[in-house]
Amino acid sequence: MLTATETGHIESFKPKRFAQRYGVDPLLTLFILITALYGLIILYSASGQSLSMVLRQGAHVIVGIAIMALLSQVRRDVIIQVTPFVFLFAALLLVAVLLIGDGAKGAQRWLDLPGLPRFQPAELMKLALPAMVAWWLTRQKLPPSISQLVIAAILILVPFALIVKQPDLGTSIIIAGSGFFAIFLAGISWRLLALLSGFGLSALPVLWMVMHDYQRIRVMTLLDPQSDPLGAGWNTIQAMTALGSGGMFGKGYAAGTQAQLKFLPESHTDFIVAVLGEEMGFVGISVLLILYALILGRCLVLTMRAQGNFGRLLSGSITLTFFVYVFVNVGMVCGVLPVVGVPLPLISYGGTSIVSLLIGFGLIMSMQRTKRILSGES
Amino acid sequence: MELSTGVREKNLTQSRVVIAALGGVLLLSLLLARLIWLQLVETERFQTASEANRLQTLPVGPARGLIIDRNGVVLAENRPNLQLLLIPEEVTDLDELIAEVRQRIEFTDSDVERFAKNLQTRRRPRDPVVVKDDLSESDAARIAVDLFRFPGLQMEARPTRYYPFGGLTAHSLGYVGRLSLDELKHIEESRYAGTETIGKLGIEKAYEDTLLGQVGVERVETSARGQIMRSVDREDPIPGADIPLHLDIGLTAKLYDVLGDKRGAIVAIDPMNGGILGLASAPTYDANSFIGGISQAEYSALQVDRDTPLFNRALRGQYPPGSTIKPMIGLVGLHYGAVNWKSEYFSRGFFQLPGNDHKYRDWKEWGHGRVSMNKAIIESCDTYFYDMSVRLGIDQMSEGMKHFGFGRRQGRDIEGDLPGILPSRDWKRAARNESWYLGETVISGIGQGYWVTTPLQLAAATTATARRGNFIEPHFSMLEDIDAGTPVPLGTSMDWERMIDAMEGVLHGETGTARDAARGLNYRIAGKTGTAQVVSIGQEEEYDADEIEERFRDHALFVGFAPADAPRIAVALIIENGGSGGSTAAPAARKVFDYWLLDRNGGVSPPDFEYIAKINQRILEPKHADSD
Repeated sequence: MLTATETGHIESFKPKRFAQRYGVDPLLTLFILITALYGLIILYSASGQSLSMVLRQGAHVIVGIAIMALLSQVRRDVIIQVTPFVFLFAALLLVAVLLIGDGAKGAQRWLDLPGLPRFQPAELMKLALPAMVAWWLTRQKLPPSISQLVIAAILILVPFALIVKQPDLGTSIIIAGSGFFAIFLAGISWRLLALLSGFGLSALPVLWMVMHDYQRIRVMTLLDPQSDPLGAGWNTIQAMTALGSGGMFGKGYAAGTQAQLKFLPESHTDFIVAVLGEEMGFVGISVLLILYALILGRCLVLTMRAQGNFGRLLSGSITLTFFVYVFVNVGMVCGVLPVVGVPLPLISYGGTSIVSLLIGFGLIMSMQRTKRILSGES
Repeated sequence: MELSTGVREKNLTQSRVVIAALGGVLLLSLLLARLIWLQLVETERFQTASEANRLQTLPVGPARGLIIDRNGVVLAENRPNLQLLLIPEEVTDLDELIAEVRQRIEFTDSDVERFAKNLQTRRRPRDPVVVKDDLSESDAARIAVDLFRFPGLQMEARPTRYYPFGGLTAHSLGYVGRLSLDELKHIEESRYAGTETIGKLGIEKAYEDTLLGQVGVERVETSARGQIMRSVDREDPIPGADIPLHLDIGLTAKLYDVLGDKRGAIVAIDPMNGGILGLASAPTYDANSFIGGISQAEYSALQVDRDTPLFNRALRGQYPPGSTIKPMIGLVGLHYGAVNWKSEYFSRGFFQLPGNDHKYRDWKEWGHGRVSMNKAIIESCDTYFYDMSVRLGIDQMSEGMKHFGFGRRQGRDIEGDLPGILPSRDWKRAARNESWYLGETVISGIGQGYWVTTPLQLAAATTATARRGNFIEPHFSMLEDIDAGTPVPLGTSMDWERMIDAMEGVLHGETGTARDAARGLNYRIAGKTGTAQVVSIGQEEEYDADEIEERFRDHALFVGFAPADAPRIAVALIIENGGSGGSTAAPAARKVFDYWLLDRNGGVSPPDFEYIAKINQRILEPKHADSD
């Protein structure tokens, strides 16, 4: 594309070189932007043609991208150094939520601190926990020893318990997952993994016991949505109806009857993919899944390039957590997973979710950066 | 060594990343498979489900047929009525909702009471309940703005039955009311899918099937909350057919005018075809009060009224006919040879059965002297008929009188009329399990004893006389003009003519009991007066000296038709506690004849609507009776 100029200093544009030098990965940023734009288009229809909602969401994306770009400039060792403090801070906020948090729909998840926008501390923990586990495990040689793993397990269990208490089972499982991914990537032995899985499975009945009634109903509903079609099964049935009736090409943009006539619950947040599936059909969803695959693929590439064990562990667990979000959300809407409050990344309406996702991408970018403009490090 | 540890660690973590990525690909393909199943395999099933969600089939109620009088005047119509409706099943906090409504529109305590009553009435599930009727435009505007905030509340312009002459027509047309669960058991429910009312009484009930029409269907797109977004397609309902009546609203007004403040009933029939020209039962009520659900206060006021305005005296009032049936009994006597036109009886003022001391008295204390059939009718001689009845016997009397329609319900399109009693051995055996006594035959001859008839029956029997011995079922609607009547197999046509002559003598003869009423008449009326001893209708009245006296007075009756030689109207009239038939009932009947034959030229001239409206208004005014 570029041809020789009189400077004679000719370089074709290489994303890898650009990313390693300037932090911001152009390909990942491009994929994110396209996905977010796609999301805005879907949101316009899903929100009942609310331009103001689309503009606000657009603002969230811009702010998030800016923060991502900023974070990508931060040096890896700085991030490593602040990790324990951020984790501690996030844990304190979670305690604060339980004590003085704001309730919405029967659960305390929000913290309204003066001078700060309302936010969910759990979002911060989504990044702080894998970072903390990665920080802890990479203090020594990999693969980690049993004693290290025990400490790591405690690091995971504390925030998990705090978020379960809110109660927000969906988020707490995802957060536990993000911590676990760090352990997995750190190279935990397969035998130990199998053992832990066994424990995990045997703990399921215990989990069932501590679940709230509405959570149990959601699980039961998943197994048989028709058991209570107007109550707990409503969401799943309507979402599946929306998706299924969309067929190959959908009913047309802003013409989905399930979505526009409000049969679909939470159509602009957790169930937005059903709107997409109804109005743009299998084709529309496939486009989205391809975009996600591109983002995930690029994140994996960046993870492979990440510097140091901490970098790889953090990048990898953030990437995997992102994947879990996509999988859990789409799985829930398709009726293969219970209804949990998990937004569709980059698409569902909501500032906290978008910004924390982009912070994650910023961290991934920061981890793969090799050249520092300011420090001149090479 | 350091370096190789680093490399090993890097390889380890990178291989784990690859494994995780493979796991991710596996899970994603799982999702993809699920999506393919949902969107590409089971599409049809979910499309059906989605359509079922979106589209609702709503019944569209047909417009009820109109009821029109003989001149095309609409007596029952459908008026657009903007109603605020509520589907209780969709409302969570009713009190709060009503409080919100009250903030926006005028909602008086009586509205609240009416609504509470509507709410309690048993109804089909999801049938809307009327919160407020007849919303004003400003009320409608105020509530419309916020309507979306109140699920379950809706505003609808629903045609509502309206009776422009609600007082004049209440006892003939009846009224429609909210469909009750009880009625639901007896109707074809699908026909009423879009209809919440049903004819409860009168013509509205008799012609329910014809008036109803056929339900239409509209498919609408609705939101999840049940809000209707738009109409998809529609099959229009077929309106009910109109019912043309013989009734003349002008004549009906005249009947009420004639009755005035008195209690009583008048039925006027067209002798040509048996059509009911006018029917009055005073006092009356406004049929419109019943349509939207009457308020409790209004209803109990009507119920406790001593004058029983809800009671249909014309169809259900069972009065002793008294002397009004003497011409008919006379014809029976002639037919069976108990008397002939020449035979005479010497009336001494009382009659005695052989071997019995009891004196059956004549109304004329000193008697009528030598009496023939002609004179017995003109002067209404009781003793003549006592004597004739004994010779006739109860069996032949009741057999003969049966042909005039006594002792059974009348007509094909008349709802709720009572059969009265035609006395006979069989009747007495069945009703009282007693045998018949001769003394009862005596008093039966003058329409007393067990005899009771409704004004409608008397009018029908009089019509049969006017038709010279041909009974035709009385009926309201022209749709029932389907038969030429049944001959009354009594006497010869000469007998009928002579009997009618005698009835003319009642008015036009020098000694006729109604001669005062016929003064200055330029046409001939054939009639018969009657005075019936009171068998009180309401037994539970308060005691009040003046009242007792008034309520124990005789009922005044008159039957007749005019012009006598070519009858255009036959009338039966009763004024409760009116005194004697000759002094009260006959003059009242004269006014009716005058109106129909002179003012209206037999129904050819148009009625005076100002007059009709005035009478309709007057009869609905609350009576300040006790003070005057």
